Amino acid sequence: MKLRATSSQTVGPFFDIGLRRFCCADLLAPGLSGPRITIEGRILDGDGLPVPDAVVEVWQANASGKYAHPEDTQNKPLEPAFKGYGRIATDDQGRFSIITIKPGPVPGPHGTTQAPHLQISVFMRGLLKRLVTRIYFPDDQLNGADPVLSLVNPERRGTLIAKAAPEQSDRLTWDVVLQGSGETVFFDC
Amino acid sequence: MSLITDVQGYRRPVQGTQPEYLHPAYVSSLKRAPTQPLVVIPHTLTEITGPQFGNEDIAPEIFDLTRQHAGEPLGERMIVTGRVLDEDGRSIPHTLVEIWQANAAGRYWHKWDQHNAPLDPNFTGAGHTLTDAAGRYRFLTIKPGCYPWRNHYNAWRPAHIHFSIFGPAFATRLVTQMYFPGDPLLSSDPIFNSTPDEAARQRLIANFDWETTVPETALGFRFDIILRGREQTPMEGKA
Repeated sequence: MKLRATSSQTVGPFFDIGLRRFCCADLLAPGLSGPRITIEGRILDGDGLPVPDAVVEVWQANASGKYAHPEDTQNKPLEPAFKGYGRIATDDQGRFSIITIKPGPVPGPHGTTQAPHLQISVFMRGLLKRLVTRIYFPDDQLNGADPVLSLVNPERRGTLIAKAAPEQSDRLTWDVVLQGSGETVFFDC
Repeated sequence: MSLITDVQGYRRPVQGTQPEYLHPAYVSSLKRAPTQPLVVIPHTLTEITGPQFGNEDIAPEIFDLTRQHAGEPLGERMIVTGRVLDEDGRSIPHTLVEIWQANAAGRYWHKWDQHNAPLDPNFTGAGHTLTDAAGRYRFLTIKPGCYPWRNHYNAWRPAHIHFSIFGPAFATRLVTQMYFPGDPLLSSDPIFNSTPDEAARQRLIANFDWETTVPETALGFRFDIILRGREQTPMEGKA
């Protein structure tokens, strides 16, 4: 008989004492290739109030579109200084900030190509299991054929695409709206 | 360039073994659970890979939460140990396990925890470790106390330890809580009871274990953590 996966439980309000050690808002390292970017955002609850007790985790490929993981067997350069992992707790105003490089495209199902994206988990008090979402990049020519974006109702796709700050292409904003108007698209994955 | 387009994904949870986002008895879920249906996505290279940690990332002595300060913490010393496995019973080696918990009086070392119970200057309540080659982990800690919260009248959380585990892939990431056998607060706890399946709930309760208990030193509890198993490979599916 097969075992069953352990049930998820909320991270609770006091995760900071346990998860602080592996927090990492700045994924950069000397010599990394790829364009540097900063993504800033807020997490808002069903009343539009900021969530000051959430934690965001990032998983992403490097600038070549290679994941630092043994199952990524693509013939692309690995950069040992880049783990592709980030973890950021929101501040008192529900804000977070990710400093990283824009990843390259990665393969998708059935010979497709996935547009550059950051894979995001969100944990907080009140969430009995994590929320999974993605951050895509504005005006990336691969977005139109992305196999995951194409599964999303076009009216809601915008919630997955960061916005560029005026005249600052390296600064992006991306909010997580938990409920209601403009509710972020979350994935079952 | 080699293409990895059709990858071996991870199995979806069995009905009832995971909580729903909206669980009205848990009041905090009301304003934070998504209201739109989730978009089901296939597992791609993004989901079958995930953060990896090694010995260079961890502080090896941090598995012992009783020796992080000058003195001994108050409370019942205990060992929590178990294995991290997948649903096929395969061990998950060298994966990061993080824990955090209240002290023996039921107070967290956190600025927002204003429960009127004493902090213990000798107990922070956080640790981490990597599983060994057989997927085993082990922590030395003290038994956490229960504490009141404002979810409903006279609400008290049963004693618990928070666990965070990465596993081999983004898809296997898990945050959960371990509970203690015989705790009278379990039956009224909306977080514990958010998992509909009775057997799945019971698996969140550690087992007291004589084999792990060390004479005159520490009680032993066993808590195995099961992460999602792999789907059949495309080849197996076609056979």
